[in-house]
Amino acid sequence: MHPIPKLVIQRLALGLLLLFAASVMIFVGTMILPGDVAQAVLGQNATPEALANMRASLGLDQPAVTRYFTWLSSALQGDLGTALSNGRDIASSIAGRLQNTLFLAAVAACISVPLAIFLGLLAVRYRDRWPDKLISAITLTSISLPEFLLGYVIMYLFSVQWGLFPSVSNINDGMSFLQKLNAVALPAMVLTLVVLAHMMRMTRAAILNVMQSAYIETAELKGLRRFTLIARHAMPNAIAPIVNVVMINLAYLVVGVVVIEVVFVYPGMGQYLVDHVAKRDVPVVQACGLIFATIYIGLNLLADLISILSNPRLRHPK
Amino acid sequence: MNDEFRYLLARAARGKLDRRAFLGRAAALGVASTAATGLLSKAVLAQGPRAGGTLVMGMQGGESTNSLDPAVAASQVPFAYGYCTGETIVNIGPDGSLLPKLATEWEASANAQTWRFKIRSGVQFHNGQTLTAEDVAQTLRRHSDENSQSGALGVMRGISSIAVDGEWLVLETATPNADLPYLLADYHLLIQPNGGFDDPTSGIMTGPYKWAENEPGVRHVLEKFDGHWDSSIGHFNSIEILVINDATARNSALQSGQVQLINRVEPRVAGLLARAPGVHVESTAGRGHYVFIMHCNTAPFDNADLRMALKLAINREDMVERILRGYGSLGNDMPINSAYPLFDDSIPQRSYDPDQARFHFERSGHSGPVDLRVSDVAFPGALDAAQLFQESAAAAGIELNIIREPGDGYWSETWNVQPFCASYWGGRPVQDQMYSTAYLSNADWNDTRFFNPRFDELVMQARGELDLDNRKALYREAGLLVRDEGGLICPMFNDFIDAHNDQIAGWVANPAAELMAGQAPIMMWSAT
Repeated sequence: MHPIPKLVIQRLALGLLLLFAASVMIFVGTMILPGDVAQAVLGQNATPEALANMRASLGLDQPAVTRYFTWLSSALQGDLGTALSNGRDIASSIAGRLQNTLFLAAVAACISVPLAIFLGLLAVRYRDRWPDKLISAITLTSISLPEFLLGYVIMYLFSVQWGLFPSVSNINDGMSFLQKLNAVALPAMVLTLVVLAHMMRMTRAAILNVMQSAYIETAELKGLRRFTLIARHAMPNAIAPIVNVVMINLAYLVVGVVVIEVVFVYPGMGQYLVDHVAKRDVPVVQACGLIFATIYIGLNLLADLISILSNPRLRHPK
Repeated sequence: MNDEFRYLLARAARGKLDRRAFLGRAAALGVASTAATGLLSKAVLAQGPRAGGTLVMGMQGGESTNSLDPAVAASQVPFAYGYCTGETIVNIGPDGSLLPKLATEWEASANAQTWRFKIRSGVQFHNGQTLTAEDVAQTLRRHSDENSQSGALGVMRGISSIAVDGEWLVLETATPNADLPYLLADYHLLIQPNGGFDDPTSGIMTGPYKWAENEPGVRHVLEKFDGHWDSSIGHFNSIEILVINDATARNSALQSGQVQLINRVEPRVAGLLARAPGVHVESTAGRGHYVFIMHCNTAPFDNADLRMALKLAINREDMVERILRGYGSLGNDMPINSAYPLFDDSIPQRSYDPDQARFHFERSGHSGPVDLRVSDVAFPGALDAAQLFQESAAAAGIELNIIREPGDGYWSETWNVQPFCASYWGGRPVQDQMYSTAYLSNADWNDTRFFNPRFDELVMQARGELDLDNRKALYREAGLLVRDEGGLICPMFNDFIDAHNDQIAGWVANPAAELMAGQAPIMMWSAT
């Protein structure tokens, strides 16, 4: 067998195993949380009778292992069940949320990834001169500030002061694509600032590393333009670390943006998950956890494959 | 004020002249814009409600787990959309009196054990069905069923029989209860067709608005229901509730004009927000209170002297000033204040007295630190309040050891479990309900473990007493028992702080709950 398909299959199998392990971890995690769904749903209003009734009707009196396998088998058949807390179908409620999360992540990624790589190249081109220092200073400042603060500052300037974009990024199906873009302008801006530095610095470091090589010196002696040299000759050999960092940040854009969702009232997965954790709604927490784990593992898998494929020595083994 | 200005004002108030044009022309007449704005909002109020427009609210207290079943409503957003879409049989007005809603009149038997409510005729549900007394009876039956998950189960427990007599609903209580109609104003008890037995989450009720879109935890869109029986409410064509749980985001949304009405303004920013142009901050003294609670039956708090020492060791003025920034009033170690009917304001105010506190502490024989469990979910600023308490107690020689509990799970693991912790109460419409919820020996949430036979007797006696002066005297004595012997340390009553901009008008404070006791969306109107 050719090593590439074999590698892909191997990686996929590993990914599935990892996913299974993750589902067990999520389940155990939700078991450790204090209180249960009945207690959390009824809150301060709970009477012992109401609690007992709710536990029985939700099947919470079954042992944990039974509940886990019942859930897993139906999840494999695409049935994520209904939310314990409000009786809505999980798959259909998640679909809309996931779409929103992916939309915001995609908008932020479309801006931040090319920008980060371009700035990285620019920083190498003007290494240790003022453009390099300026780019580093700005991106490092933005990554050092907590996200919510960055969110508030941007909201204050762009929404309250100048009135350019809405501070509430509520999007719904009735909106056109442009309206949606307008609505997510501010959160996308904040996310871009948050992830920019990491990718930019990695691009810069990886390319600088390659720039030490002898073949770069040869290219330089050939009289190539400096930027062409960096982009055409150094960059392809620095792809592996850059892709890894880009994928980590993409995964972050999907699974780690709950603070931004809260600040800008964006109806994404993060807030949905947090609400259901607070209500001990195990099926929803598990479904979200599983989706997040799938995205995370999937993106990392992709990063691995791209970095392998970008290396000719791995692509054409002897 | 000259005639031309008066003419402009009238036109602007009727909406025939837009705000900006009005201010511009007022300025040309030499009237400063702040003065003109003030006059305009008064004129709008005097003009009375105008139909039309859309209300957009930004609210804290919505989760993606919210249900349309009124029985399980527990947070602010379900509370608000509940009152837009559904109705109780009676309502509590701004002055604490009962107002007819789906019941037009009611009467009690002489012993206050049989209550009859006449159900309004000609009321339509959103699906076109006509309201009957049977629907009301079924609703109450669903909520009083032990199998239900209703938040009003405790309220309903006193009702022993629910029957229908033509247009009348007849309720019997096991013991006399002079406050029964007040209990039926509970926000869970929205009347549903066939009591909601068929589909509790259908959202079909009798309110002035019906459901258009429901995305729990994100937004809720309601449309005017044309068949509503009462034309004096429901002025907006539609209402959109956006769930904005972040306080700063809520303020920004109001300031940038994306929403017109918000709830839960934080006391520390209320003053700043009020200075923003076109924004009105509405602070309403209510019945909600922030508390530290001790279990009267658990060592060391089973010692009356220790409880008294702690009560004397807290500086209430300081807390109102620093924790509530003045948006509140002093507590008096009882859950009742002047916002309740039949409150006796001659009960002396307890104040900070380190010497007396030291005296009681020494007499209690307790030594070593006292553990106090706190989390900021108990009430906003609970950690700071605990630290203030720690300092004022230290001056009396009492060492408080503050244990910070995780917010997640606080209501199941700490409150009503640990013997000394921070908490809050939202208050109830009448004294009896507050006491029977948390202070009677058999109360569902006796979170101070207060078992006092004399107190139980007084509350029971007051419940059946139809003479108001006698009831007031009974409640005075009961209140003093809680204040002097109970496990409640109540430093402050918090105000509800809401805010709206000048695009809407018609605010009337109601001490029962936030947002004019949930009536703001259906009673306010568009002023643009």
